[in-house]
This record gives sequence, C-alpha cells and structure tokens, in this order.
Amino acid sequence: MEIHRYEKIWLAGALLLIVGFIATISYGAVGAGIEMVDDDGGQIEPNAISDHPKFSEPGTYKTGENEYDVYVVAYQFAFDPGTSDPIRVPANSEVTFHITSRDVVHGFEIVGTNANTMAIPGQVATITVEFGEPTEYGLLCHEYCGSAHHAMEGSIQVVPQSQWNESMVVN
Amino acid sequence: MATFVDRYPDEAKVVQASFAVAFIALGIGAFFGLIQALHRTNILRVIDSVDYYTLLTAHGVLLALVFTIFFLVGVFTWAIAKGFERPLPDIRLTWAWFGLMTTGTVLTAVAILAGLVPEIPMSADVLYTFYAPLEAHPAFYIGLAMFIVGTWMAGADWFLAYRDWRGDNPDERIPLQPFMVLTTMIMWYVSTLGVAVAVVFFLIPWSLGLIETVNPLLTRTLFWYFGHPVVYFWLMPAYLLWYTVLPKLAGGRLFSDPLARVVFVLFVLLSTPVGIHHQYVDPGIAEGFKFIAMTNTMFLLLPSLLTAFTVVASVEHGARQRGGEGYLSWLGALPWRDPAFAGMALAGLMFAAGGFSGMVNAGMNINYLVHNTLWVPGHFHMTVGTAVALTMMAGTYWLLPQITGKTVYSRPIGLFQVVLWFIGMVFMSNAMHRGGLLGIPRRTAEPQYQNFDFAAAVGSVGEIRMQIAFGGLLLFLSVVFFLFNVAATWAEDRVDTPVDDTIPAPLSPPSGAPLILDNLALWTGIAVVLVVLAYTLPLASIVTDSGLLGSSPGFPVAISLEALAEAAASALPHVSLDAAAGLRPLDVAAEAAETLEVSR
Repeated sequence: MEIHRYEKIWLAGALLLIVGFIATISYGAVGAGIEMVDDDGGQIEPNAISDHPKFSEPGTYKTGENEYDVYVVAYQFAFDPGTSDPIRVPANSEVTFHITSRDVVHGFEIVGTNANTMAIPGQVATITVEFGEPTEYGLLCHEYCGSAHHAMEGSIQVVPQSQWNESMVVN
Repeated sequence: MATFVDRYPDEAKVVQASFAVAFIALGIGAFFGLIQALHRTNILRVIDSVDYYTLLTAHGVLLALVFTIFFLVGVFTWAIAKGFERPLPDIRLTWAWFGLMTTGTVLTAVAILAGLVPEIPMSADVLYTFYAPLEAHPAFYIGLAMFIVGTWMAGADWFLAYRDWRGDNPDERIPLQPFMVLTTMIMWYVSTLGVAVAVVFFLIPWSLGLIETVNPLLTRTLFWYFGHPVVYFWLMPAYLLWYTVLPKLAGGRLFSDPLARVVFVLFVLLSTPVGIHHQYVDPGIAEGFKFIAMTNTMFLLLPSLLTAFTVVASVEHGARQRGGEGYLSWLGALPWRDPAFAGMALAGLMFAAGGFSGMVNAGMNINYLVHNTLWVPGHFHMTVGTAVALTMMAGTYWLLPQITGKTVYSRPIGLFQVVLWFIGMVFMSNAMHRGGLLGIPRRTAEPQYQNFDFAAAVGSVGEIRMQIAFGGLLLFLSVVFFLFNVAATWAEDRVDTPVDDTIPAPLSPPSGAPLILDNLALWTGIAVVLVVLAYTLPLASIVTDSGLLGSSPGFPVAISLEALAEAAASALPHVSLDAAAGLRPLDVAAEAAETLEVSR
C-alpha cells in the first residue's frame, strides 16, 4: 500500500501524541496519585440504608489524626448531610467521602474543585480529598435526578481547628 | 444528464422521506434548544423549570437520535444504490424499515411530549440517556426499541444489496462509499447489542411491571457500551461526505482510497471497547477497566487524526487544481461561496477544536474537573452539533438536488446559514466549555444556587450566559433559514441537471489497498473479540456485586404535582397547600424537603 511520505510523518506524530497522552495520564494516576473512583466502596442495599452501620447515621466520623470519613446519602432532592445542615470538616484534614443514593442516580460535585463523583443506588462511591484553610464550598448534584434537580444543592464548611469540637462528629 | 432520482426513482423516494423526517426533527429540536438556552441562562423563561427537562429530553432524542440517524439512513441508501450502481433488492423491505423507524420515533416522541400536557398520564422526562431507576412510560422504551430494530433492518437491506452486487462482481473491490456504509453498520450491530439488551430485557419489562427491580449500574454500563459507538454512527455519514464529496467540491479528488478504508476499519475495531470512559467516576467499576477504556479511547484518536490529514490534503489538492499556490494562500482558491463546500469545511474546522476538548474528556484524571459540567455539552455541540449536523446541512445542498431533481433555491441563503451556524456555535460552545471549568453543571434548568456562586477567573458568569443565549439564538435562526431553503427547493420544478453529481476517482486508487481491508468477516471477528475482552469482566463483576436485576424499584418521572405539594404541606404545616400549588409547587416542595428533619 502506497503511503505518502508526509502521511508517514503525520502518522508517526499522531502515534507519538497518543502515547504521550497515555503516559501523562498514567503519571497522573501513579506519580501524582490521582486515583479513580473505583469499586473499593463496595455495595449497599438501597432500600435498607438504615441498616448500614454508618449510612444509617450519615455525617463526619473521625478515623485518625487529621483523617475523617464523611458519609453522605443523596436522595431526591437533597444531600444528607449537606443540604439542611452543612457537611462540616476541620481545616487541614484528609477526608474520605462515602456517597450513595437511596433512590435514583445523583451526582456529587464540590463546586470549584475536582472532587466529583456519581452517586448510584446500590453502590458506594469513595473519594479522598485534602482540605486546606477554613472556607466554605458549594455542593451540587450534577446528574439529572427528577423534576426539582436544580434545587439539589448544599454546602461544606471547612471549620478552623480551634473551633472544631466533638459535636461535629457522629462517633 | 440524469441524476439519482432519474436512475433510482424508488430509492430516491425513501431518501426523500428519510430526509423529511430528519428535517422535521431538526426544526422541533432546534426550537426546544433555543428555549433551553434562554431558560438556563435566566434571560427568558417561558416554561416552568419542570418542563425544561421534558424539552431537554425531546431536544436530545430528536436531534442526537432522530435527525442524525434519519439523515444517515437517507445518505446510506443513496450511497449503496449509487455505489453499487443498482437498485436495492426489494423496495418493500426498504419501506418496511423506514416505517418501523418512523413509528418508533412517533411513539417515543409522543411519550416525551405528553409530559407537557398534565391531562395525559404519560411522561418520559428521563433525558436521552434514560438512566434507571428514573422510569419513563413504557411507550418511550418500546418506541426506542422499534427505532433500533428499524436500523438493523436497514443494515440488512444494504448487506443484501452487497450480496447481489458481489454475485455479479466476484473479483472487484467494494466501491468506497458502500464500503463505508457496510463497515459502519458492522460497528452499529456490535454496539447496539448493549442498548438492546438494556431496553428489551430490563427496562421494558420493568416499566411494564413484569419485573420489580433493575441494577442501575448494569443498565447504565450497557447504555454506555452503546453510547460511545453511537457518536461514531453519527460521525460516519459526515466522514463519508468529507472523504468522497468534499474533495470533489473543492475541485479535486480524494488523496488516498486505501487510507480511507483503513480509517473505517479502525472505527469498526475500536469504537465499542471504550464506553467505560463515560463512567470514569462511577463507583462499582475497578480502576483497571477504566484504564483499558482510556487507552483504547486514545488509540481511537488515530483514525480521526488520519482523517484530518487525508481530508486536508485532498482539499489542498483541489485548491491547487483551481490555481491555488503557496503554503497557505491556496486556501483562498477554494470555492468558499458554495454552501456545501463552505459548510463542510467549517464543520471540519470545528471538529478539530471539538477533538481537542474530547482529548481532555478522555484523560481520566483531568476528567474529574469537567465530568457532568457544562464543558461536556460544549464538547458535543462542536462534534455532533457541528461536525455532524453542519456537514449534514451542507451536504443537503449537494444531495437534495440529486434526490429531488431540483436546484437549490438559494445558494446565498445557504452560505449565510452555514456561516451563521458556525458563528453561533463559536459563541455557545466556547462559553459552555468555560462555564464547565467553573463547575456549572449540565442538564440543569436553573444553575443558580442559594448556597454559593460560581467564580470566573476570566470574564464573568453573566458574560458566559449572554454568549450561550446569543449563540443559541443564532443557531436557531440558522435552522430556520435552512428549513426555508430546503422547503423552497422542494417546491421548485424538476430540471435536467440540477447538480454535477459525479465523483472523481481517488489519487491513490483502491487497487493499492491490501485485499484484507475488504475482508469484512475478519474485522467483525476482531471487533467482537476486543469487545469481549473489554466488557466481560466489568459486566461480570457488576452482576456478581449487585445481581442481574439489582434491587432498584422504578421512580416514575410522572410525579403528580398535587401529591408532591401535599407531601410538602404535611411535612411543614405552615406551608399551606394553596400557596404551594399556586406559586411554583415543585420549588416549594423542594424547599420543604430540604428543611425536613431526616428521620434516619
């Protein structure tokens, strides 16, 4: 098959670009440590969330020195916690969110960050993020979940260590 | 000199009918698009936000599925008859698939649009991705299934034509255009299997109440098994026109027939085992499977990058045949006043930009930043919304004369219209991309929140909204001019030679292509093996984890407003039912729901 010289150069450049993309993404995953949401969170019975040891009482749990777990249940059309009460985490902490849905598919996006995952009934999504200085983030559902989807929002308060107290954790 | 309609009058009627359905869908879908663009930017709200999702569902289904695929079956029917130089084997079969596809479309469209009429107890506000356990009326799923089966019959029709042709021409290479049709249909058969299983085995029985529950991750994964190849199904008719028609319009000929075949074979192989890249942030799917989907996706860039070379080289050749010279000044020698050429060339240019934003989406770690934000519709309005849709509109100015025997009513209106589309999309899609980077979500009637604002580093959110609304207005006007031009063309009288419909032979002829490229059975086999490799383990683990039928009952989208308002009123005694129903009941209910004390 006759391939023009310029075409060969282009082909080589295209393959180089592709391999380069795969290499940078692999570096992002392994070197920079950006893990994908995966199957680590396990499964949950969406109709029996109240039987779950943590999701039955969603909120912030302390798991170690500056390490916290936050359990969030998404449902039409709110996050618990997040909507009626903000999610509270201390400043300069490492937080693992565990997110599930008790009805339809929802989304979980901390506005202005790359903390972004799906909430699928029957599955638990886990993402670990680092919080820095005290501030407040918006929280929104980014997957269409029904007629009042646009009202599904909330907030995350990153509380100064000095103001952090036992009443802000569940355990 | 006779054209297509004189040589194949029966086939021309089917192409005309397919285009007619496509253009009706385009008109309705574009109108809904305008309403959405004005609504979500809070510039003009003529509908309730609940109805926004009805229009959004209709916009997606009518444009992404009905307009594109009806245009596709028209072009492919034209390409098969013209390429094999013979009528289709049995025109009754051809009308049968057209009839089935149209009936399915009407059923689905009625199920969706009934959501606007409270008196009709039917609703399908599930968007075109219909993620369970949001549940639509059964007619929505049944109509979709009929539509898909119709496309399968169309493919069978074209393969039967191929068999007849092969019988008479045992030693010839498959002509290029039919080769493109057949390879595209192989990809389609392989990929629609996923959505067919999801709809026929799970969603239809579930919506009819025959089974109680579904596994939402399973039906979602089966959808995306189909959901990425479908974008190539939209794109392949555009590629067919870019490879075989655009070089001719530019005044030249295709650079390389063998390379064109290689590209289509690559799409057969790589289009399907990539769907999990739409599920990068889904729980329940191991990272390794996402990594495999990512690498396959990156290699899928190859056929599109090769296409960029071949198409640009062919167009440059055409320009030089017309007297163009220099490194770049040959661009000026191109027939920019021809709407068919100008539209396709602009569509190709925007596809390059859309390709780059797609590379960002495909990068699984950077995808966290843009997943389900406005960036994503910004991306696909450049690809399916321009590369495909604008090529189809531009191609119409060359195809419609062939299938009707009538000259285009107004080439200046045509030129104005395709340029208007391009400009409108520049405004709308660049603003959508930027809005996505701020975290503004897609698929949201009112992305204006109580708890926070979106912060723009450059420009402002208000400016982004204005660009989206203004771009959406230009796009709608472009469609109005297009439909007017098409209707006026159709109303003209037949002439002998409405258009020069010859397609010159490629510079590198098919004889240079290895014979193995035409071995369709081989490529089908490899494609199936790749799909089995990419999907067996993820699907098996999803089923093992949560069961074939899962445990999610349906959540019908047809929520009665009274019921919701009553629930809100009983939860919050101080919200009276009258006030709730009189104002904006759903917003009141949602607010009430937010303040409810959660019992668990």
